[in-house]
Amino acid sequence: MTETTARAPRRVSFSLLERGDPADATGYRAHLERVGFFTDTSVCIGCKACEVACKEWNGVPDDGFRLTGMSFDNTGGLSGNTWRHVAFVETHAPAADAGDGELRWLMASDVCKHCTHAACLDVCPTGALIRTEFGTVVVQDDVCNGCGYCVPACPFGVIGRREHDGRAFKCTLCYDRLRAGMLPACAQTCPTDSIQFGPLDDLRMRAERRLRELQDAGVSSARLYGEDPEDGIGGAGAFFLLLDEPEVYGLPPDPVVTTRDLPCLWAHAAVAAAGLVATALTCFFGRRR
Amino acid sequence: MAECHPVGFQWVMEAKARGATVIHVDPRFSRTSALADLHVPLRAGTDIVLLGAIVNHVLSTGKDFRDYVLHYTNAATIVSEEFADTEDLDGIFSGLIADERRYDPASWSYAGAPTPAAAGARAWPTGARGGTAETDPTLSHPRCVFQILRRHFSRYTPEMVEEVCGIPREHFAKLCAALVENSGRERTTAFCYAVGWTQHTVGVQYIRTAAILQLLLGNIGRPGGGIIALRGHASIQGSTDIPTLFDLLPGYLPMPQAGAHDSLSAYVASFVPEKGYWADARAYTVSLLKAWWGDAARAENDFCFDYLPRLTGSHGTYETVLAQLAGECRGYFLVGENPAVGSANGRLQRLAMAKLDWLVVRDFSLIESATWWKDGPEIETGELSTEEIATEVFFFPAAAHTEKDGSFTNTQRMLQWHHAAVVPSGDRRSDLWFYYHLGRRIRDKLAGSTDERDRPVLDLTWDYPTHGPLEEPSAEAVLAEINGTDADGNPLASFGALAADGSTSCGCWIYAGVYAGGVNQAARRRPGREQGHLAPEWGWAWPANRRVLYNRASADPEGHPWSGRKALVWWDSDTGRWTGHDVPDFPATTPPGATPPEGARGAGALGGDDAFTMQADGKAWLFAPSGLVDGPLPAHYEPQDSPFANRLYAQLHNPVRQVLRRRESRYGPDPGAPGSEVFPYVATTYRLTEHHTAGGMSRWVPYLSELQPEMFCEVSPQLAAERGLTHGGYATIVSPRAAIEARVLVTERMRPLTVQGRPCHQVGLPYHFGPNGLVTGDAANELAGLSLDPNVHIQEVKAFTVDIVPGRRPRGPALLALVDDYQRRADLSDETGTAP
Repeated sequence: MTETTARAPRRVSFSLLERGDPADATGYRAHLERVGFFTDTSVCIGCKACEVACKEWNGVPDDGFRLTGMSFDNTGGLSGNTWRHVAFVETHAPAADAGDGELRWLMASDVCKHCTHAACLDVCPTGALIRTEFGTVVVQDDVCNGCGYCVPACPFGVIGRREHDGRAFKCTLCYDRLRAGMLPACAQTCPTDSIQFGPLDDLRMRAERRLRELQDAGVSSARLYGEDPEDGIGGAGAFFLLLDEPEVYGLPPDPVVTTRDLPCLWAHAAVAAAGLVATALTCFFGRRR
Repeated sequence: MAECHPVGFQWVMEAKARGATVIHVDPRFSRTSALADLHVPLRAGTDIVLLGAIVNHVLSTGKDFRDYVLHYTNAATIVSEEFADTEDLDGIFSGLIADERRYDPASWSYAGAPTPAAAGARAWPTGARGGTAETDPTLSHPRCVFQILRRHFSRYTPEMVEEVCGIPREHFAKLCAALVENSGRERTTAFCYAVGWTQHTVGVQYIRTAAILQLLLGNIGRPGGGIIALRGHASIQGSTDIPTLFDLLPGYLPMPQAGAHDSLSAYVASFVPEKGYWADARAYTVSLLKAWWGDAARAENDFCFDYLPRLTGSHGTYETVLAQLAGECRGYFLVGENPAVGSANGRLQRLAMAKLDWLVVRDFSLIESATWWKDGPEIETGELSTEEIATEVFFFPAAAHTEKDGSFTNTQRMLQWHHAAVVPSGDRRSDLWFYYHLGRRIRDKLAGSTDERDRPVLDLTWDYPTHGPLEEPSAEAVLAEINGTDADGNPLASFGALAADGSTSCGCWIYAGVYAGGVNQAARRRPGREQGHLAPEWGWAWPANRRVLYNRASADPEGHPWSGRKALVWWDSDTGRWTGHDVPDFPATTPPGATPPEGARGAGALGGDDAFTMQADGKAWLFAPSGLVDGPLPAHYEPQDSPFANRLYAQLHNPVRQVLRRRESRYGPDPGAPGSEVFPYVATTYRLTEHHTAGGMSRWVPYLSELQPEMFCEVSPQLAAERGLTHGGYATIVSPRAAIEARVLVTERMRPLTVQGRPCHQVGLPYHFGPNGLVTGDAANELAGLSLDPNVHIQEVKAFTVDIVPGRRPRGPALLALVDDYQRRADLSDETGTAP
């Protein structure tokens, strides 16, 4: 066994108060640099090659043949059968921007955020969900028992269970390709470099640079989403440059790891339990007296 | 381009990142528009007005690149005084023979110097040969091309653009400013187009207008310039170079004509000019005949020139369909083509196939063109019944590109080799396998025949080595044959070595060099980062690995680059040679100021500033004195089916367009005529990123099918309100010929325009769908008619008229009744719309 995998990864996400690399916190003694995606939606041309390449590489089944009527988006969202999803939003440019009020067609390729604080990981009872040596979050489909706890735990609605199978599936950030030194399939195929893969620190610098470039060009609506380690998920491993409010793309504006309040809830539950025990004891000993 | 060529569009995005301005002209707001700096919607079928008005803008403001125009184009050449323009004849050119629906182009010649064209209709114009065209370098002679151009385009004004195209003047002004500011010594502009420009009854002239504009702005033969034809398939460029077109031999040699070209000499004399690279066409032809018939091709038998088939007329795809209907064409090969969905008027295509004795379909899946005899729309309507169809249909499963070796030639003329990754499974076979073994078997059957008519087949050099369990022929051996060999059997390095005496052999003269040194140059994959910006060692571009054609024009008449920034090739006076980043497209040692010696011919007859080396006069043609059958200059004509009158001229349509008089392919009433209100909207067809052409490569692939799972139409909210269409519901779309149904997408991306003072609504129709496959829908091309461009016989599917109503279409015979009813209401007959 290599050193990177010498110690079994800790199943529960590290404390929200902890900072730094999630792979460190998970207990990898030595591990690789944390990697992720920077999806620059300002150059996405909506070709959906990412969706197709993802399915081809990972053997993900089709998601049904339904015309949704939601512009050119016929997959509808991320699910167990769609790990990259391109949103198409027909809207108007914000008045403040250059091209004031013009019709615009936003396209954005969404994916699992590989959160620093990943609730799916916290709630998985079987250890199917793991933090990898790359700092990414992966479901091991041979371990998953299909309990589905991870599905509502995800603040982004990324994970889904596959019908007729029951197990949960999501983006693996092409764990197998990473181990072979290859780019994830979606990033490899993206013709315009809208999907960029690399060490997270590099990506954050690139994103800042691109953001400044756009803002200098008068695109005041440009913003980063999920890049901030101070946010409710401790920063995403897959973050975005958006041209409008996150809600416009169907993304939650202020995502919070759903297990954030778990320690506090447990503390309250413990207090309540202690209270119940105390009451019971009081009753019991009280009668003796 | 983002919509249909997403991989190529990465370079547009890269250019944009470096500061390029991207302008998208398209009736609908597509994925390309979403990324463009400016989207200019226009009424489908009016681009000549838009481009012509930009030409007028450039000419009337004096923004043309004068040095370039003067030296490299025919602006100064004097045209025959016989010539009369559309200005003089209200929309037609001199020479129209209306009852034959054709022009006699004799009057379009240069004064005293008939000049054959390098492409298109190649025959020498009538008149005495050998004259030299007069020129007026001051460009002031009233019959010089420049002045004719000024007069011709003067009526193409911003007001006309607004009136005809529906483009507001301020949009047009922005467009003009962007183009003019980005052209000249320091900057260049490129045009990219696809079938939105070609699929019209005046399609070739759309490209001509763009060519005139690019030449006036000095954007041809220079880095970052050009007119780039975005092809519809991976190797459509390759399939015109080594043609699947009826009227061409490999390397754009014209196909000989019955009666006129009885000998090699008569053939060559009919089109070969004195000057430029085409002057050596005899060498190209003889070498081709040697490649095909080897030792059997000898000087004493005219190198087997008699073995070549002859044209007896126009045999384009639609003429072939008519010949099938007439019982003249009895057998049909469909190879990677699905005309039941992809060609105009699908019904006529299927009715024609039902008259065949046999039909061979080679494809990946059972496409509509393979199953129409049992489940096609005409079976449902009762027009055909399976029992009564005598056509024997053979289906052969095809191998994919991953299962065979071969080359792709892209729009840049670059060949890139691909290697088979896996052996095709089951009965799947490559096209090369199919034709090689078919030929082998036919030759076996004919072996020993003494019948003279079997000689062309028996004498063919049909000896390619095979390999593997399937006996796959060697694609590289074919490439080597195309490249050709010298007298000693060594691979040729370039077409310059070709001889007319039968000592050289070459399957396609422009491809000579692709196997230079016995190496497959198309298979080179040296990464761009390891070489210069033109990456000459990535693949191989014809001719002679030149990456930019006519690149002599990238230098000024003295041979210096127009600017350092735009340097490509230049004259090195120290070595006395042309040199540069690219392979110079010019005789290597002809100095910039050279005047050709008296009696010189071929490349030697090119003067130092004759940058357009394929042209018989060495100049790019702003005015085309020959080559086109519908006029030496572009003129706007309305599409065959149009709700709007021609505001430019009294002449409504291209007078020499090809039309039919058939019940199955009726046309709409002329604009304003009684019944024209029955088809009030403009429809245009197009592609989606997620599907490929007629669907054979995508509607059977689940990962693509799920992304666009059903036929739909796109309409504006205003049209939806006008017709009661609901988003997500169904609509029935009716043309003068057919009715289809589609789900409705109501979107602001479709924008109503104001044309001739009234609203113009356009209906967008993707053409990928058909009744077979994982995802289905009615085929948009059912609606289209057979009105064709007369130069290239392409169908007009980018602009026609329709009605649209809510709800699904009727089934069975009721569908025909619906179309009949529309035809009655519009008072259509087989004659409607067919006048010149």
